[in-house]
Amino acid sequence: MAIAQETIESVGQATDKYKYGFITEIEMDRAPKGLSEDTIRFISAKKEEPEWLLEWRLKAYRHWLTMKEPTWARVGYPPIDYQDSYYYSAPKSDADRPKSLDEIDPKLLETYEKLGIPLKEQEVLAGVRNVAIDAVFDSVSVATTFKDRLEKDGVIFCSISEAVKKHPELVKKYIGSVVPYSDNFFATLNSAVFTDGSFCYIPKGVRCPMELSTYFRINASETGQFERTLIIADEGSYVSYLEGCTAPQRDENQLHAAVVELVALDDAEIKYSTVQNWYPGDEEGVGGIYNFVTKRGVCEKRAKISWTQVETGSAITWKYPSCILKGDDSVGEFFSIAITNNRQQADTGTKMLHIGKNTRSRIIAKGISAGKSQSTYRGQVRINAMAEGANNYTKCDNLLIVDQCRVHPLPYIESKNRSARVEHEATTSKISDDQLFYCLQRGIPQEDALTLIVNGFCREVLQELPMEFAVEAQKLVGISLEGSVG
Amino acid sequence: MSILSIKNLHAEVDGKEILKGIDLEIGAGEIHAIMGPNGSGKSTLSYTLAGREGYKVTKGEVRYQGKDLLEMLPEERAQAGVFLAFQYPVEIPGVPTVTFLKQAMNSVRKARGEKQLDAFEFKKLMDARLKELNIVNDMVRRALNTGFSGGEKKRMEVLQMALLEPTLAILDETDSGLDIDALKTVADGVNALRGADRSMLVITHYQRLLDYIVPDHVHVLFEGRIVRSGDKSLALELEEKGYTDITGAAA
Repeated sequence: MAIAQETIESVGQATDKYKYGFITEIEMDRAPKGLSEDTIRFISAKKEEPEWLLEWRLKAYRHWLTMKEPTWARVGYPPIDYQDSYYYSAPKSDADRPKSLDEIDPKLLETYEKLGIPLKEQEVLAGVRNVAIDAVFDSVSVATTFKDRLEKDGVIFCSISEAVKKHPELVKKYIGSVVPYSDNFFATLNSAVFTDGSFCYIPKGVRCPMELSTYFRINASETGQFERTLIIADEGSYVSYLEGCTAPQRDENQLHAAVVELVALDDAEIKYSTVQNWYPGDEEGVGGIYNFVTKRGVCEKRAKISWTQVETGSAITWKYPSCILKGDDSVGEFFSIAITNNRQQADTGTKMLHIGKNTRSRIIAKGISAGKSQSTYRGQVRINAMAEGANNYTKCDNLLIVDQCRVHPLPYIESKNRSARVEHEATTSKISDDQLFYCLQRGIPQEDALTLIVNGFCREVLQELPMEFAVEAQKLVGISLEGSVG
Repeated sequence: MSILSIKNLHAEVDGKEILKGIDLEIGAGEIHAIMGPNGSGKSTLSYTLAGREGYKVTKGEVRYQGKDLLEMLPEERAQAGVFLAFQYPVEIPGVPTVTFLKQAMNSVRKARGEKQLDAFEFKKLMDARLKELNIVNDMVRRALNTGFSGGEKKRMEVLQMALLEPTLAILDETDSGLDIDALKTVADGVNALRGADRSMLVITHYQRLLDYIVPDHVHVLFEGRIVRSGDKSLALELEEKGYTDITGAAA
């Protein structure tokens, strides 16, 4: 049975209503256009980096020159001209860092207000809400809050540039330890030109007293964004990290190639949650963000890493948050919601590499597709010969809103140990007219009904998100499907 | 006063005419039963009145409280007090029943210009209704209708009716799939909701339900038309003689 015609038509119009399409005018201090060793030296010099880091960047760059852009993902886009981008831009006020939010460019604060995340309010509410924000505006962190509170417990939470200056031994030890500079085309590019990102270190046995959060936001026209995030949870520690982002509307496609590395030492636990809502482009997919992200974590003995992601934005998403279950009895989890609409393309999933004994992993992936979008779940579960007693459970569900969209579940399972146990379940269903009509008959308008049903479909994943993020994510599901009533 | 006035209603599904000229008047507080064999158009009538997509009215008119019902969107009909208790209540996995109920309630209240209920106000109201209808709290915490037994699903329909307080309730084969105990429970719930300002259209195949929900009027639907109308004794006559006799006599 066909869904209401209005729904089909108006789901297609959803991106017209992209809420966060605005650009803030702030003077830029940018590197010359294009990519070369000079660009990299410029970035490194701007950030007053030590020699070893510059060398590492250059090594990555030289390696990158020998690499080819990968084509295996089920996404299509015109060739990217890497020489036609700026690789560094910073708000001018960088030289004179604001000491408090009052000193921050009011335009920037305005931008956050439009996004519904007024920093000022966040700071005032800090005591109550316990959320610290390391706001990344373009490539440089301009505001870091609640550091004092964290410092009391010995938690280091700052921009990665600051970490390079203040904690070089930690950065040097762990950067590239999970995602090596030569890992893949986009990660290698990131290693060469990353401009900023977050750094977090939780000392032994410390339970981080608040949830850590970074709001990423791309703002400069034609500026690629190369975030680098490094989180280290020392033995027996715990941290929950939230990352969320939105971007202003624009005409040019924008490349975003971030790298996130997580290190969970013995008995540590890292919970990493993402809500991604970048500009997806217009109905034809023009102008949206290209999101090529490498996220990976390594678990030592009895450690645990949980990735939770809600992916609703970007024209193209290429992202596989993964866990290397190196230590015995370590645990990896991946909970994902991917919503694609119009011409959006998403190729996303996870990798669970079981190396240690009795390692366990769980994968719950939910895909919601509308318009003429393409959504691929690509998951790999690999159980090495030594991974005695390893265990994986995978559940992969897809929900189609209309007939024109496509979903492709691609699970790869490879087990080299006979004692391992691997379970896989997958379903694909279409949103049912019966469910929609039932809601309508109870007085719930169509748009709300769709949101309600989709949120129900995603519930298993939504409930993995920290409380406040879950509320935001549910709203985002609604926004992503906005305009579904004619 | 007339709550529902159906005149010469024709409706088709997938190009096939199912309703072939229905006339029906329902007054305030009245309970009308529509009985008929399979395929006579009973469910089509209920879906057409509720405004389900795919049920196309080709002729005739339906006025609800004096307004043109057919002009209204399905959700507008619901907000205006038309409630359909489904023959097969739909499962919505992952949506807690209480969330669904609150959203339905507030959607209706919003449309009527009434204040939205917050979580506490709603819970208080819901708990009161649960108690009246003898429904265990556990049910509303589960996902809507998901994994509910037949009896539970029908009781959930009655609970929704109690919360939304409709002016016109259409009960579509509420007895189907229920054993006699479950049927009694559901009928008790429905009877508790009878009132001078609430009309009901009870659609059923069997007379059995009407032992418990006693109607003021009974109509026999056959091949898309009402072929006989009478009081509750007509239901008993049907039970005794079967549909063939009655419809044969009318033809």
